[in-house]
Amino acid sequence: MHFRKLICTAAAATLMASGVAYAETLTIATVNNGDMIRMQGLTDDFTAKTGHKVEWVTLEENVLRQRVTTDITTKGGAFDIMTIGMYETPIWGKNGWLVPLDDLSAGYNVGDILPAMAGGLSHDGTLYAAPFYGESSMIMYRTDLMAKAGLEMPAAPSWSFIAKAAREMTDRDNDINGICLRGKAGWGEGGAFITAMSNSFGARWFDEKWNAQFDTREWSDTLNFFVNMMNDAGPAGYATNGFNENLSLFQQGKCGMWIDATVAASFVTNPKDSTVADKVGFALAPDNGMGVRSNWLWAWALAIPAGTQKEAAAKQFIEWATSNGYIELVASKEGWANVPPGARTSLYENANYKDIPFAKMTLESILSADPNNSTVDPSPYVGIQFAAIPEFAGIATEVSQEFSAAYAGQQSVEEALAKAQALTNDAMEAAGYR
Amino acid sequence: MARATTIRQKTITTIIAWTVAMVIVFPILWIVVLSFKSEGDAISTPMKVLTSAWTFESYAVVQDRSDYFKHFFNSVIVAVGSTLLGILVAVPAAWSMAFVPSQRTRGILMWMLSTKMLPAVGVLYPIYLLFIELGLLDSRTGLVIVLMLINLPIIVWMLYTYFREIPAEILEAARMDGAGMRAELLYVLTPMAIPGIASTMLLNIILAWNEAFWTLNLTAARAAPLTAFIASYSSPEGLFYAKLSAASVMAIAPILVMGWFSQKQLVRGLTFGAVK
Repeated sequence: MHFRKLICTAAAATLMASGVAYAETLTIATVNNGDMIRMQGLTDDFTAKTGHKVEWVTLEENVLRQRVTTDITTKGGAFDIMTIGMYETPIWGKNGWLVPLDDLSAGYNVGDILPAMAGGLSHDGTLYAAPFYGESSMIMYRTDLMAKAGLEMPAAPSWSFIAKAAREMTDRDNDINGICLRGKAGWGEGGAFITAMSNSFGARWFDEKWNAQFDTREWSDTLNFFVNMMNDAGPAGYATNGFNENLSLFQQGKCGMWIDATVAASFVTNPKDSTVADKVGFALAPDNGMGVRSNWLWAWALAIPAGTQKEAAAKQFIEWATSNGYIELVASKEGWANVPPGARTSLYENANYKDIPFAKMTLESILSADPNNSTVDPSPYVGIQFAAIPEFAGIATEVSQEFSAAYAGQQSVEEALAKAQALTNDAMEAAGYR
Repeated sequence: MARATTIRQKTITTIIAWTVAMVIVFPILWIVVLSFKSEGDAISTPMKVLTSAWTFESYAVVQDRSDYFKHFFNSVIVAVGSTLLGILVAVPAAWSMAFVPSQRTRGILMWMLSTKMLPAVGVLYPIYLLFIELGLLDSRTGLVIVLMLINLPIIVWMLYTYFREIPAEILEAARMDGAGMRAELLYVLTPMAIPGIASTMLLNIILAWNEAFWTLNLTAARAAPLTAFIASYSSPEGLFYAKLSAASVMAIAPILVMGWFSQKQLVRGLTFGAVK
């Protein structure tokens, strides 16, 4: 009798122990921004639902990139989930470094992910990362300054209108710059902006045989237009301005227009930080009448590195964090203006979200961006503000340094383009593309 | 006339010294100021920053969002651990080079120092792979070893300089009295070199505390020290200046306090042997 009791107790203890062992601790590498920090604060909801705990490693974007790239290429296994973008996902997915997300539960509703996002986070039709939030770029402008200049912003303006409006709105005596744009070196900073802008001028990074195209008239037109407009209507020292510097200028009322990431809309309309919160309008990023707009497409997405021992728990987390349930959780705690945007179609059908002033323009910007057809003439790469090849980040950083030197007046536009052409062709030749 | 010249020289020297000191200290002072401002005020013009309201908001947010004491504890373990281990290895090495020099001693010292000139990223992948193999990734033990190794040349050099100042005759006398190598190191050399060892340790603790490349690249959640704590508040897309400043102040405060109390030893250690 005693023996049987002992056996039963041992069996029960084993079952309990296995239950405890099932509760995993996930290590997640993520980027430092408002939406990700909000998610960290809500992680208790995930733990309550699944029993799994989460340890966060939050890093600045460039440090994060270096850190997760080192780990995944060496199969280090330091992270169970990584926050990566549209640039890394197709490349890593192709290399077999990520777990395919092709068996997510029916309740998750993969079909609800915006097609542009799902396409950019897939390789050969297989989703490798689930979008946490997505963004495009659009124009944010001061409605009062536009009215003062006697102009009306079209919903889909051209670059010539933007240049005209920028010059009209500039008021140097009152420290108001007609337009604030990124000029800072770095492929994800000024490099991203000028690449997206060049698409609308008919330029492209490579022709179909991977030859650099900086010696074309389209690139010369892009860069000369940018430099002339910024010299006339941009802030002093724009060559070193990135997202944060322009955000700061706009919030202080020193920019008439700012073309940048759609996520900035919630910052510039937040009266706590912005002095112009009630005077901001939105419009699509400009085009040049060539059928391609100058907006980009980006998503911060959650992916599972191949080889993790906690794949099942990691998938549970990704389903939780990128689901409609999470969006509703954020809305209930912090309001609809703070939900992660740009990932799910149903969000833009939600009556509560439609009231947010920038929601419509954000969706239209995202929908008008196509990473597979980003250039006027055919190109061999996928991506709008980048080319999804491993060599791009290094090459584009160098190219953007040359461009920034031209913005700062240290060299001419022609010199910058000639150097960009030479260094890109050299790098592509060394990498075996040409 | 000579007295007037001396006063003028002193005044000029004092002004130059204060100017240089202010240039060096200003970024830290500005970080402290920004840490007590709201995010909106932190990005405004310098005059507005100084005249706007002071707040503890950023400290409260940082305290709420991050586990400061976990990172602090990791920093203490890593900085103190790597320093003690480094001293343990460097004392015998510096002793042998100072008191039993060979023709190659100078070359070895220079070679050790040259390893500091190698860009760290050049050996990131080999070390990362080694850490994976040895199971040292995201561990305090791994960080202690790496930081000890990267600071070892400086420790050896400093101790070597100290030991060279100790008369070899004293050690010879100890040997004649029957002291073995261990007794000579432990009971004769070390007590005499304690001021030098102390200042070397202080400097090494500061270097290890501030080291950011390896501590960011070899850790994740468990062993991350205060450098990772700071890095988690930097962002190219979003305003985190006030919070980043608050996190920076919290990270550098312990080492600043330590440096303040031990400045005499530090200055003595850094200038030892410079003036005879």
